[in-house]
Amino acid sequence: MDKLLRVQGLEKTFYKNKIPFKAVDGISFDVKPGECLGIVGESGCGKSTTAKIITHLVAPDAGSVLLNGAETLSWKGKKERELYRHIQMVFQTPRESFDPRRTLGDGIMEGMRSQGVGRAKARERMYELLDQVELERTFAGRYPHEASGGQCQRAAIARALAPGPQLVICDEATSALDVTVQGQIMRLLKKMQSQQGLALLLISHDLALVQNYCDRMLVMYQGRVVEEGIPDQVIRHPQEAYTQMLVDAVL
Amino acid sequence: MNERKKKKKMFFFGALVALLLLAAAFAPALTPYDPYEQDLSSALLPPSPSHLLGTDRYGRDMLSRVIMGSQTTVYAALLLVAAITVAGSMVGICCGYLGGRLDTVLMRISDIFLAFPGMVFAIAVASVMSGGIMNAVIALACISWPKYARIARSQVLSIKNMPYIAAARLSGLGTGRIIWRHIVPNIAGPVVVTAVLDIGTMIMEIAGLSFLGLGATPPTAEWGSMMSNGRSMLQTSPWVVLSPGCAIFLTVVIFNLAGDAVRDVLDPKK
Repeated sequence: MDKLLRVQGLEKTFYKNKIPFKAVDGISFDVKPGECLGIVGESGCGKSTTAKIITHLVAPDAGSVLLNGAETLSWKGKKERELYRHIQMVFQTPRESFDPRRTLGDGIMEGMRSQGVGRAKARERMYELLDQVELERTFAGRYPHEASGGQCQRAAIARALAPGPQLVICDEATSALDVTVQGQIMRLLKKMQSQQGLALLLISHDLALVQNYCDRMLVMYQGRVVEEGIPDQVIRHPQEAYTQMLVDAVL
Repeated sequence: MNERKKKKKMFFFGALVALLLLAAAFAPALTPYDPYEQDLSSALLPPSPSHLLGTDRYGRDMLSRVIMGSQTTVYAALLLVAAITVAGSMVGICCGYLGGRLDTVLMRISDIFLAFPGMVFAIAVASVMSGGIMNAVIALACISWPKYARIARSQVLSIKNMPYIAAARLSGLGTGRIIWRHIVPNIAGPVVVTAVLDIGTMIMEIAGLSFLGLGATPPTAEWGSMMSNGRSMLQTSPWVVLSPGCAIFLTVVIFNLAGDAVRDVLDPKK
């Protein structure tokens, strides 16, 4: 199967008070079309930085990110906007991912409007998306503080789906939600994945979630990928000491 | 204070400010006498039914001059505050959002301006520019913009890493549109509150420069220069100084209270 996304030798060092901290240390991995890849690891292991590099929110020091075989890190301006038609992201904090002064509907339509879609057409599509994520259409007129975390996350998924992306990166998308809502959001994401042939890059520190929903998983530690494989196998028969520690910590 | 009371307070002081601005706008129509017409036969008349605030040494009606002076002082202050709010905020937003060398250079420049004692620097600039109300406004603008740049920059730094800004980027918005649609509305509260509170201060500073002869030039009716012209008669004809002085005091109080009311509504932390 062709690779939808190929990440190669990605590196990123942050400096705090001139002290270097290597957040991502030469990681490489692929995401196939329609697959759900999980990345697990403790806080600060470089999962979110990797996601931010893929989506151009952080510039890497080295490495490449190929989308359908094309190098994307050099894309700027219009090309970068093109990238966001293919890759979208759902954030950890649902309410904070919407402008507090704009309605959820505005947030969902913003991408379409910036692509030049007319207001009426964008509104129509926004309502369709709300239907898809099983959110009442009245939520379009609500502000983030007028909706629950789960409802905001559904709206965030609708926003991510608006441009019809091939890959959606979920950066700890369920960790700020309570357990029942977590399940609902994950089922919704899986439904979208199967209906629209989406690939999902699920960044999480929740091993059970990755085991239940992902086709493949990577274990990250100190900016490196230490183990890779099918979730059941990795979790039941970890090959690396760190993975074993992670599994033991959960059990 | 609950939301309703806060809004009531804001509307009350907002109405007073509106009244003041309207009075300033229609000042020529409201003056009982020509504020510039001299009549030496009625010089330094004390307040009376025909001249409610008395007359000055040239026999000009003080009430007419105070009303006319509101136009000069209040609109000069509003122009000044609007200019420094827009310019300072633009600098602060660019520094905060874009960061890098631009931030370093512009913030060091603002540090240089902040390092000077403000009024002394304004007096120096106004002297070099040889007086006049517009030059006084420019002189005060030179020393006042860094405050707004600092406020806007710190506000931008506090929100620029919020997920909704990242989400806006992922929606395909360019830097300009992110700033206009998401940054400006979310930092406007503290900047507007500071601006409204500053109007009173700026009225006093413009009047201060005029008092020193570096603002409005005679015969323009301006509260600071009216006080300056009458200061030698404080003991013999106090109304010449007290009339514009009270006008400054009342206007500054109204703008400060309006600023407080706006802050109560816009700043949830207060």
